[in-house]
Amino acid sequence: MRDLPPPPAPIALLAELTYRCPLACPYCSNPLELSARDAELDTATWARVFGEAAELGVLQLHLSGGEPASRRDLVELVAAARQADLYVNLITSGIGLTETRLDALEAAGLDHVQLSLQGVRAGIADRIGGYRGGFDRKLAVARAITDRGFPLTLNAVMHRQNLDDLAETISFAADLGARRIEVACVQFYGWAQRNRAALLPTRAQVEAAKRTVAEAVRTYRGRMAIDFVPPDYYADYPKACMGGWGSTGLNVAPEGTVLPCHAAATIPELSFQRVTEVPLAEIWAKGPAFQKFRGHDWMPDPCLSCARRDIDHGGCRCQAMALAGDPHATDPVCRHAPHRALVDSLLANLPADDVLPKFVYRR
Amino acid sequence: MTPARADAVFADPLIRMPRGVRLHQDRVRGLPALLGPERALMLDEIGLAILSELGEGVRLSVLIDRLAARYDAPRDEIAGDVRAFLDVMQVQRLVDYADA
Repeated sequence: MRDLPPPPAPIALLAELTYRCPLACPYCSNPLELSARDAELDTATWARVFGEAAELGVLQLHLSGGEPASRRDLVELVAAARQADLYVNLITSGIGLTETRLDALEAAGLDHVQLSLQGVRAGIADRIGGYRGGFDRKLAVARAITDRGFPLTLNAVMHRQNLDDLAETISFAADLGARRIEVACVQFYGWAQRNRAALLPTRAQVEAAKRTVAEAVRTYRGRMAIDFVPPDYYADYPKACMGGWGSTGLNVAPEGTVLPCHAAATIPELSFQRVTEVPLAEIWAKGPAFQKFRGHDWMPDPCLSCARRDIDHGGCRCQAMALAGDPHATDPVCRHAPHRALVDSLLANLPADDVLPKFVYRR
Repeated sequence: MTPARADAVFADPLIRMPRGVRLHQDRVRGLPALLGPERALMLDEIGLAILSELGEGVRLSVLIDRLAARYDAPRDEIAGDVRAFLDVMQVQRLVDYADA
């Protein structure tokens, strides 16, 4: 196999500071197996990683988890990231953010807060999050965030059990003073795949959601930006996952494993390196997991000869793994994929409303 | 300064970058960038020229005057380009318009 040219510099780094989280959402993006929990990287190591990321060309740092506020050193980590001249975004459920802590985060230079929303009322939000009282606390935190003038994005995670509340969800975000809302329909990996039958929306819901979003974009134009991530099972073509494998961003897991995306560890044939053993720049440029699906050489047909080859990059490798059991396959969402019938069969056999399975919570 | 209502149209808005949006010199790529919530835009010379003038907030008419003078270009031409650029940015809340 010929050597690939060096990849362009990554734009973003997602730092999963911890897998600890007070919530138990049944679509959590963390791995299914959390029991063998390795030690989390310490403050100094994360600070070094942020510096290496900035040197590599990363501009945006997303502090995530689990719940990043579960880290006692969150303020120090934000300060270290700003010291490295990164744009720092905190991705949080809000639980664990007190007024005092928000003041300290503001002083440390935190740029932006992305607050997750499980539901637009306490009943459903607390049921989805598996955490009683979570909604009321989140609401208080959201107000404390906007009172301080932090730019706020609401990340509304939508699925069969709350998609009918979409219009209310968008107006809730606007009333809260959010500058952006991400209407993020659940993508089916890990915990969400396990709970897929309870979460996959109906076609009628998806069509209604598209209309609701289109109307809201007009209504809130100039006041609140709306980004819509539709559920890709209903699409004709796959999403351009990560803008192409190993092309724009990287993830660092709590114990320092570096991944091309948060689900990449579900692909058994990949081997990963750790920031405690290999410099981040070397992992990015030459890491075997990053090299595996870069460019076109790995592609089967119909992808290799497809006119959309450089638009969707063959779709998502983790979804090919999850649905077809083969990370080299065309994303089964694609209408040209040999495995498209798997997706169609799932859509044709959705459970009725009164027999939706119970959630398996992430605990 | 609160952001404009969605349906508000100002003839000569006061323009400002809201908190959480800032210019950044990208040393690795050797390019100026605009960083904001979930956005990292590489800027060309025109984009940088416009955004560099915003400071703590500037009237559109003043901004256009300054750029027309700096580039020694017809004011009408500059006005169209500047407004088109800013309108795109405003929809994304990367700049805000206000009346006062």
